[in-house]
Amino acid sequence: MKITSSTASPAATPAPRLQYRLRHSGPLLALLLLIGFNALITPNFMSMQTLSVNITQVATIAIVAMGMTLVIATGGIDLSVGAVMALAGAIVPLIFLSSAGQDFPLIMTLVAIIAALGVATLCGLFNGMLVSRFGVQPIVATLILFISGRGLAQVLTNGNLQTFDNPMFEYLGSGRLLGVPIQGWLVILIAAIAVFVVSRTRFGRYLLASGGNPRAAELAGVPVARVRMIAYTLCALLAGLAGMISVAINSASDAARNGQLMELDAIAAAVVGGALLQGGRAPFIGVIIGAAIIQLVRYTLLANGVPDEVALIVKAAIIVGAVYLQSLRGGH
Amino acid sequence: MTTLVRRHIADHGQSTGVMIGVLLLILLGTLRYDNFASLYNLSSFLNYNAMFVLITMGMCLVIMTGGIDLSVGTVAALSSVTAAGFSAHGLEVALPVGVLTGLAAGALNAFMIVIMRIPPFIATLATLLAAKGTALVISDARTVPVDWTSNFTQLGMNNVAGWLPWSMLLTVVVGIALWLLVEHWPLGRVMLAAGDNEDTANLMGLSSGWARAWAYVICGGCAGLAGVFLASGFGAGQPLEGLGWELTAIASVVVGGTLLTGGRGSIPASVAGALMLGLIFNLLNFENGLGTFNLSAYWQMVIRGAFLFIVILLQVKITRPLAGD
Repeated sequence: MKITSSTASPAATPAPRLQYRLRHSGPLLALLLLIGFNALITPNFMSMQTLSVNITQVATIAIVAMGMTLVIATGGIDLSVGAVMALAGAIVPLIFLSSAGQDFPLIMTLVAIIAALGVATLCGLFNGMLVSRFGVQPIVATLILFISGRGLAQVLTNGNLQTFDNPMFEYLGSGRLLGVPIQGWLVILIAAIAVFVVSRTRFGRYLLASGGNPRAAELAGVPVARVRMIAYTLCALLAGLAGMISVAINSASDAARNGQLMELDAIAAAVVGGALLQGGRAPFIGVIIGAAIIQLVRYTLLANGVPDEVALIVKAAIIVGAVYLQSLRGGH
Repeated sequence: MTTLVRRHIADHGQSTGVMIGVLLLILLGTLRYDNFASLYNLSSFLNYNAMFVLITMGMCLVIMTGGIDLSVGTVAALSSVTAAGFSAHGLEVALPVGVLTGLAAGALNAFMIVIMRIPPFIATLATLLAAKGTALVISDARTVPVDWTSNFTQLGMNNVAGWLPWSMLLTVVVGIALWLLVEHWPLGRVMLAAGDNEDTANLMGLSSGWARAWAYVICGGCAGLAGVFLASGFGAGQPLEGLGWELTAIASVVVGGTLLTGGRGSIPASVAGALMLGLIFNLLNFENGLGTFNLSAYWQMVIRGAFLFIVILLQVKITRPLAGD
């Protein structure tokens, strides 16, 4: 059996290849247009300050969207990412603000991070188990944690805002390396690993095959259930990481707000970036561009005095436009 | 024979189970709490849950056709704002304005899904964002006060015969119409056929596209009416409400035993599902009142999720063996 990666579709003649390139560089062109538009219109756009604000803002969306892309590649969807963010984000300060955390700051901060990522992983295993072992539809399966995950985070924190002062943890939010926010580097690192795994490893081929045609994949010996399990687990793990980053940025954890509507942003970024909801594709670079487009549209509108509410309507139009263009391409 | 029995259980077992569950919960409440079986609790329960029953019924239609509507909550919030804005002109103007707002949102969903062929999940997600944005823009992100001198507040605050809220009475009327639609009208049959197998439905000459479009329009109308109740009952249009309602509605439909795969669906069972979720909260509030424990609203979210989990596992247990025949 030969599984061809759909991102490297074979083109017989040069003309279709060019056409193919043009069709698939839509998101990049859109991003460049947005940057160009801002450079001309928005005051102080071409500054390091603006760049790093946007990188900080886009990093959490991009990280969650990459996890979502894994799940979407298997033909699924994960509604629980925002709730997982809230849960992971609530656990970290809870642990290092405890009395043990005050006594052993270094160790307990590490313990807190590991605990938060561990809980996020458990959430992913829960979703994955429901979807792959029990055959529950992804929307319904992830709906459970969508409802109760944020509730659990609020139970843990009594619904209170937890503020803290922990320079080591805050580095995750406001640290810089070579002048670029640390989250920016994290996005690049995760994207590099993700692209490598999907294009060069057996798991990557299994992932795309499981979404493209699960029945055929199953018959060909792909362990579809295990692949799905791993996809949901990684998605939740990345959501947990994003939850911690957003808590670190604010030096405060608010279980009610952390990650709210993130599932929508992540799905939107994935779809704008070229992921197909039917599964079978995992265009990580495109998804990061999609996240950047969504962030930049919001920034453009805000910087030019358009209220945030209008940005929601524009975001809706972008999502519909992107999916409509996808359907015109006939699904590929 | 056993297959037949199993199929019967799969088709009707859970809905019967949920209705029995609702009765058991009512019995439990009556025996345990002094004021549970009071007219006051009954009418406030019915009044508060009218909104959720409405959007659940709309959601049931959409799910029957194999779709999903994520926009119902924010559409209800949007129509609560438009209805409140027109409340000074009286109920006879504000009510149609709110319902029309919902119908328009539903028509937008139908256009995107049936004509533009956008997946329902994405199309209704876009409408969710757009409705929220529009509600915030026209209300200036503040609650919109209702004119107290008009008859608009009667709908959400007054009862018929001392206990039946007008909102629930209207919901029952809508519910009977939708039940007739599903069980007896051709359009309802086509909706089911479209959800079961669209290609076959089309080959048989049924216009499944129209049927699916109607499902979204009706669902939007239900959300619009729920928004009118929201504004009327709380005395203000609430632009920030509604987020999460779509999931309550989906959960209610699932609890009622309708599978999300389409082709099946029961209005009474969905209503029972919505009432069951509502009752659990009502009982939790009474339990809190007794002081045996003090569960915050946050615990209620966790319990709601756990409850959904149990129902889903039961559904899987009942329907799984059928996959093999």
